[in-house]
Amino acid sequence: MKKAILLYSLLVVVMLYSFVNKVASVVPMMNLEQLQKRTLQTESDTLMVVNFWATWCVPCVEELPYFLQSTKTFANHKVKIIFVSLDFLKDHNKVINFVKARAFDNEVYHLDAGNPNSWIDKIDTTWGGSIPATVFYRGGKKILFHEGELNQLQLDSLINKTKL
Amino acid sequence: MKILSTFFTAFILFASFTPVNTGYSVGDKAIDFKLKNIDDKMVSMADFASAKGFIVVFTCNHCPFAVKYEDRIIALDKKYAKLGYPVIAINPNDPVLAPTDDFESMKVRAKKKKFTFPYLLDATQEIAAAYGAIKTPHVFVLQKSDADLIVKYIGAIDDNTEDAKLAKEKYVETAVDALLAGKPVPVTFTKAIGCGIKWKQS
Repeated sequence: MKKAILLYSLLVVVMLYSFVNKVASVVPMMNLEQLQKRTLQTESDTLMVVNFWATWCVPCVEELPYFLQSTKTFANHKVKIIFVSLDFLKDHNKVINFVKARAFDNEVYHLDAGNPNSWIDKIDTTWGGSIPATVFYRGGKKILFHEGELNQLQLDSLINKTKL
Repeated sequence: MKILSTFFTAFILFASFTPVNTGYSVGDKAIDFKLKNIDDKMVSMADFASAKGFIVVFTCNHCPFAVKYEDRIIALDKKYAKLGYPVIAINPNDPVLAPTDDFESMKVRAKKKKFTFPYLLDATQEIAAAYGAIKTPHVFVLQKSDADLIVKYIGAIDDNTEDAKLAKEKYVETAVDALLAGKPVPVTFTKAIGCGIKWKQS
């Protein structure tokens, strides 16, 4: 009996741990170096589309379905679409809940990069700082930057233009 | 047909992209404006005869970044209006796209937050376009020089949107302090994340 209780408690602990772990890993926090590393990590023939957004940004949330649709449209191509949240750090749970509610599989990161004045130019010198903003990388090289909202036609067209 | 559709796609892409920003750089002469304030009176910078310059802030009601900076904008006016650099806030957003940025909501917000400065509506968006404002909040510090208004600083209020107490670099304060001391502005241009201005869809 004692053994059974112990075993059961252990099971609960393991389940709880994996649950907490799962929640925490939905949206990992990232600094700029980690983000840059991630964008360069892809194979040289893979197009990496990085969308900067935030849960509070209305046009970002409006264009999100287009990015999810493009993920499906280009599922058989060497195209990877990831999201980088610029939400306030105190809103980390809000980002997690947002992503969970929409249940999509794309990677989502929450950027913790400090003073924007020191990192915006490292993403793109032409970026004025408004979101949404989307960057297209291939083989570790940036090939296109777009500041502002995209519709489905625009996004698919840019992916077609930049993918191999 | 293929050519036609390619052309069509290219046209749509081109037509709907934000125009290339051709606003002011530091050192440029800024134009004055005549915009409607929340008290229904028209306001120009020329009305402020004794001002030495202005802290022009493109801001709005709806944007969380603008809201985060509201108290700091009020504090800037409290500190610098009496020293000759009053704040002038301008809402550049199209209320069709950002309904809570309409003129009535501006009045409500200004009253609630007890704005001590004009809060103007740039209904035609011509001033935001001329200045090259692209987001809210977006600050332009101007200094009077004879009959001209010279742009001395463009950018963010400070380096920490999320928490004013953690801000290390207070860019606007540093700029205005330098101007008041007759010194060159040490940092004349900064970038920050903000809400893109909601431009009218023509």
